[in-house]
Amino acid sequence: MDADRRGHPILFRGGAGVIRLENLGRSVDGAMHLEGIDLTLSPGINVLLGRTHAGKTSLLRVLAGLDRPTAGTVTQEGQDLTALPLSKRNVAFVYQQFVNYPAFSVRDNIAAPLRRKGLARDEIARRVADVARRARIEPLLDRLPAQLSGGQQQRLAIARALAKDAPLMLFDEPLVNLDYKLREGLREELRGLFHDGQTVVYATTEPEEALQMGGTTIVMHEGRVLQTGPAHSVYRNPASVTVAEIFSEPPMNVVAARAQDGRLTLGDLTLPLPDHAPAGLMGCRVGLQPHRISRSPGPIRLEGETLLAEVDGSSTFAHFRAGGQPWIARLDGVHSLPIGAPFTGFADPADLYFFAEDGTLLAPARGALHG
Amino acid sequence: MTVIETRLATDTPARAAFPARRLACACVLGAYLIFQALPVYWIVRMSLMTPGNVMGRSDFLPVEPTFDNYRTIFTDPTWYMSFLNQLAYVCLNTAISLAVALPAAYAFSRYRFLGDKHVFFWLFTNRMAPPAVFLLPFFQLYSAVGLFDTPWAVALAHTLFVVPLAVWILEGFMSGIPREIDETALIDGYSLPRFFVTIFMPLIASGIGVTAFFCFMFSWIELLLARTLTSVDARPLVATMTRTASSSGMDWGLLAAAGVLTILPGVAVIWFVRNYIAKGFALGRV
Repeated sequence: MDADRRGHPILFRGGAGVIRLENLGRSVDGAMHLEGIDLTLSPGINVLLGRTHAGKTSLLRVLAGLDRPTAGTVTQEGQDLTALPLSKRNVAFVYQQFVNYPAFSVRDNIAAPLRRKGLARDEIARRVADVARRARIEPLLDRLPAQLSGGQQQRLAIARALAKDAPLMLFDEPLVNLDYKLREGLREELRGLFHDGQTVVYATTEPEEALQMGGTTIVMHEGRVLQTGPAHSVYRNPASVTVAEIFSEPPMNVVAARAQDGRLTLGDLTLPLPDHAPAGLMGCRVGLQPHRISRSPGPIRLEGETLLAEVDGSSTFAHFRAGGQPWIARLDGVHSLPIGAPFTGFADPADLYFFAEDGTLLAPARGALHG
Repeated sequence: MTVIETRLATDTPARAAFPARRLACACVLGAYLIFQALPVYWIVRMSLMTPGNVMGRSDFLPVEPTFDNYRTIFTDPTWYMSFLNQLAYVCLNTAISLAVALPAAYAFSRYRFLGDKHVFFWLFTNRMAPPAVFLLPFFQLYSAVGLFDTPWAVALAHTLFVVPLAVWILEGFMSGIPREIDETALIDGYSLPRFFVTIFMPLIASGIGVTAFFCFMFSWIELLLARTLTSVDARPLVATMTRTASSSGMDWGLLAAAGVLTILPGVAVIWFVRNYIAKGFALGRV
């Protein structure tokens, strides 16, 4: 184990290696924040995906050493760091709020963690310049955080985290407070900012962010880990309805259905049973991702009236009622859909997911199996 | 005032159509200002006159103005030493109170500990009793430990009343600073003391300014404890002022000059922290 200049051991130096969480739990005043978390974090990007209160922040705080777990252990390469104090860890943490040191200039903000590490003056200057260039805040080095825009403030927070070159980088929804355009841009840049040995844990509520960041996706819900795997694989093969709902924006359409005599009945709709439906299917739940409903003709016809249309960034969420069921379609581009106007959406049976009554996946969409 | 008037005149023609209303406003404010400033002016006026004239004349402007009273104060050691004594214990009190209240307020603002709410409340119970209640114990105690008649006696006695207020004000300011800044600093390798001094204190500078102001002013104008806990060596100005009666009667001019000098440090403190106070009243818990 390495030691810093005061002789304290520093973990995570060089690379975080494999961090293993075993049966990790945390409860505060009887309220369960995390429960039974078994997880292996490897170097690379790990995305914690879940809604608010899913336990993402709690997990990050435990990893950072800000909170102690009330059950279970955290080990790194076999070494127990469950109770290791904050000062002996080498981590970087970026909050969703823009957290900087208001009294320091941008330059001093980035340099602060390096000075604490006791690096030489010219080494600090070199690193600050390098990180500022990568985070694109070079022209702002002499300003105060309050003189920066929101996006720039978060870039600064990210720059300060990067400057430490910590093997474990924790991000708690860093882009959530930025506007849509800024978010898109910064998200793409973020991926390129890490190096190979680093273990990045990135919490987000947005499925798209998980897909864009790539790496391993860890789907969390109510303090538990529901599913872990490569982003696209989890996306295509959600283990349960809950995962499918979390990993879809807007949430996946899930409709109770019955299969009988080679036909599938969804409410008032009846269609031929798709080929990929599991054998011996009776009562089940059928899922259809909102972006798989389009307005160009397809085999399944969902005809009804618009309940509500909302524009989100560059797409439109159309809520409509068809066959006695509410549906959500995600249409590319901005569409004008007055409330009550007729709406016809089309879908492909190959895009249907089949879940058992209890929510576990029976068969993913056929498209998902291939590509 | 002028800014407001210009804006009223140019931006809102509807308002400008009612000069009578503006006039009324100006009159009320003016009357209030005079009401407030007159006693201050009167004491300045008295301080520039001889005792005979103070009692005999009631002209608005000083009669036969002279700086003799001030000269007496600045040359007579009883007077100027008592001025310095008072300044000494006031500054001591402010420094001690801040040094104690800053960590205490941080603890109340950031940590949850057994009985934190009760202790926070209990701090205030000290303020529920008038200072006179504590006179006897202080007098006895300080006499016993040899602190009687030193600036420390008064400074320490005053902290009893000032620290709760200081903790309360500072806690309000500190709770307005997101905890994430503390955590980020700890993650970045700051020790708690270093974080507190280099990062945290600049953030609550307004709060510290406001608190210092309250500490200073309480101590500066407090008479009872200051007078009782001192006799000769550490006698403060306020006490000396109450002892100006002599065989020739009260020296009103001298008393007025001492009064003016008592006002000055307060004015200076307010001048220095005026921006902080404005901010402090707006943001914090004052």
